Amino acid sequence: MPYRISHLKQLESESIHIFREVAASFQNPVLLYSIGKDSAVLLHLARKAFHPANPPFPLMHIDTTFKFKEMIEFRDKYVRDELGLEIIVYTNKEGIDQGINPFSHGSRVYTDIMKTKALRKALDQHGFDAVIGGARRDEEASRAKERVFSFRDKNHRWDPKNQRPELWNIYNCRLNKGESLRIFPLSNWTELDVWQYIHKENIPVVPLYFAADRLVVERGGTLIMVDDERFPLEKGEEPQIKKVRFRTLGCYPLSGAVESNASDILGVIAELVSSDFSERKDRLIDSDQPSSMEEKKREGYF
Amino acid sequence: MMQSLSTGDTEEFLHQHDHKEMLRFLVCGSVDDGKSTLIGRLLLDSNAISSDIIDAVTRDSLRHGTTGGKIDPALITDGLKAEREQGITIDVAYRYFSTAKRKFIIADAPGHEQYTRNMVTGASTANLAVILIDARNGVVEQTKRHSFIASLLGIRHVVVAVNKMDLVDFSQEVFESIKNDYNDFAARLAIHDLQFIPISALNGDNVVNQSENISWYKGGTLMHALEATQISADRNLIDLRFPVQYVNRPNSDYRGYCGTIVSGVVRRGDDVVVFPSGKTTRVKSIDADYGQIDEAFSPKSVTLTLEDNIDVSRGDMIMHPNNVGNFGSKFEAMVVWMDEEPLKSREEYIFKQTARSVSGRIDTVRYAMDINTLRRQDATQLEFNKIGRCAISLTEPIVFDSYEHNRATGSFIIIDRITNATVGAGMILERKLEKSSGNRSFWNWIVSSFRGRS
Repeated sequence: MPYRISHLKQLESESIHIFREVAASFQNPVLLYSIGKDSAVLLHLARKAFHPANPPFPLMHIDTTFKFKEMIEFRDKYVRDELGLEIIVYTNKEGIDQGINPFSHGSRVYTDIMKTKALRKALDQHGFDAVIGGARRDEEASRAKERVFSFRDKNHRWDPKNQRPELWNIYNCRLNKGESLRIFPLSNWTELDVWQYIHKENIPVVPLYFAADRLVVERGGTLIMVDDERFPLEKGEEPQIKKVRFRTLGCYPLSGAVESNASDILGVIAELVSSDFSERKDRLIDSDQPSSMEEKKREGYF
Repeated sequence: MMQSLSTGDTEEFLHQHDHKEMLRFLVCGSVDDGKSTLIGRLLLDSNAISSDIIDAVTRDSLRHGTTGGKIDPALITDGLKAEREQGITIDVAYRYFSTAKRKFIIADAPGHEQYTRNMVTGASTANLAVILIDARNGVVEQTKRHSFIASLLGIRHVVVAVNKMDLVDFSQEVFESIKNDYNDFAARLAIHDLQFIPISALNGDNVVNQSENISWYKGGTLMHALEATQISADRNLIDLRFPVQYVNRPNSDYRGYCGTIVSGVVRRGDDVVVFPSGKTTRVKSIDADYGQIDEAFSPKSVTLTLEDNIDVSRGDMIMHPNNVGNFGSKFEAMVVWMDEEPLKSREEYIFKQTARSVSGRIDTVRYAMDINTLRRQDATQLEFNKIGRCAISLTEPIVFDSYEHNRATGSFIIIDRITNATVGAGMILERKLEKSSGNRSFWNWIVSSFRGRS
């Protein structure tokens, strides 16, 4: 049939529309780049939207200092050196000084200080009025009802009860001083869409998504990678080499690995199509308290 | 270790998936009509739910004991109950699944409070609406309200799913009588394509799998309707409308106009006219996907470069000279009011349409619509969740079409100047050309004189 459009091309077009609306409507936008597969797609779309120019906004990475080493390497070698893009790296120095870490403080306190507070401080420091992120609505219940252009008050808080109605693709970009918007161009993408798009467009991603022999320990039914010497082994824990990969990437002590043979994108997609587990299940921070994601989002977490 | 497809199977899967269309649909109905059950059933029977969630839901179903040990599909949909218990807000939620034929986005707008606002939001992007009717109750006030909003928002395909057929002994008579009632009332609405399907969402009859209990029904299942309804013809591929969203100027050699082709088709070399300046030129290149293409059509986002160095900025509209929209600052529209502060006539608001934000006001509220009876009511203002016909005047002219003709150039949102809240949304109505208005005829004249030039 003539003039057909596939769902991926339609999603792509809608996302590009969002990027351009942001670039045209805000003083000081930023793309929150987290180095994962969703960020990879986000960055690819941003580059497409403004080609032949570079995206007219910087990237920012909130570095908790507990990211996988391979993630940091990918960020510096690919995004900064190869693509030549400006990337702001922000770490909550106060948290570092207090020695906050995911092992002794638990994921809730750690995430709050090193991610949520860090993000708020970074946004305040730079005065960003539009913050683009890679969250998808299919990830989690509270995201499913969040707007594409999601309003935040002066304190970066999300009020789920008081969201702006969002009709068609006409986005309300107006703000008063100190307020901001979080913008989610991948809202309508699913995990499968993301992988298919990565495959179709040959988008580079961090190799941790592909199965390889890695040093892991099993803790509470989850496989955690021993990525550096800061990982405190508990009594009786014996790290072992297993062929694993990651479905989501974040801080290594909080990211569960899955045993897998999927060593390339086709393998990952094959696994996903026949997979039996929902994606965020391997992410430890979502389940540490009831309705925890909505709580975190209200506080300013992405 | 997870099970995997073979490489060949995966490639086949990707190839198939590459050609999938996307369909957005809205499910209208209350919890009592079985809306959550229906959505859960669709997701369950199309294998969109992972086994860890099915296990959890099966445990919950046993515990709640409302389905006699069988899985309760409503619990899949949202854990709506859990959301309520935890005091999490109910709002429009979007859910995703796909089959071999299509990718689906469900807009799930629950609740009775703020229903209009939620439903209008969900309906604004939908290609199709599923309207649920409880077979025991037939067409009720709520059915009419949902149908009216679906038609107001320009949803061309409506599937009326008569649910809970198991509770009326799968009676054909009951189904036919509901169908007649609905047809009587829907004659007043602009629904292009209407289908009726008898279902039981709880047991799965005619949702994804054909029912053995309803043998008298020879039509397709709900899933068949979702997979087979032709939507590509709904797009407007005739009238080129390209609102300039962003001007891309990395260096002095390149000046690209970025935007989404909201309707129509554009080809390299096409003659085009830019409004509001009325200047004409030709398309030099269509840039997309890091390269150039010869032709692009709605809804693709592209960058156009033009032969002549004319002044074009955000909010301008690029069209074919022989096919331009209305150009003017006055129009009439159906307005949905979505703010607790009522609409005030003569107060200044910001109207955002395509990539343009213009100051303006609502001169007159002609009437309000009682959406339960579809009767017009006298009104001088619109309150929260009310819908009415209004006469609007802007401080600057815009290019527009009627919503019926063009969803993208016929729609706008209304923004409060002080709070910046989105307080309303509107759909522009077709209007007979007035001799004195000067809108379209004047511009046609200008355009034709420019065309005569080259």
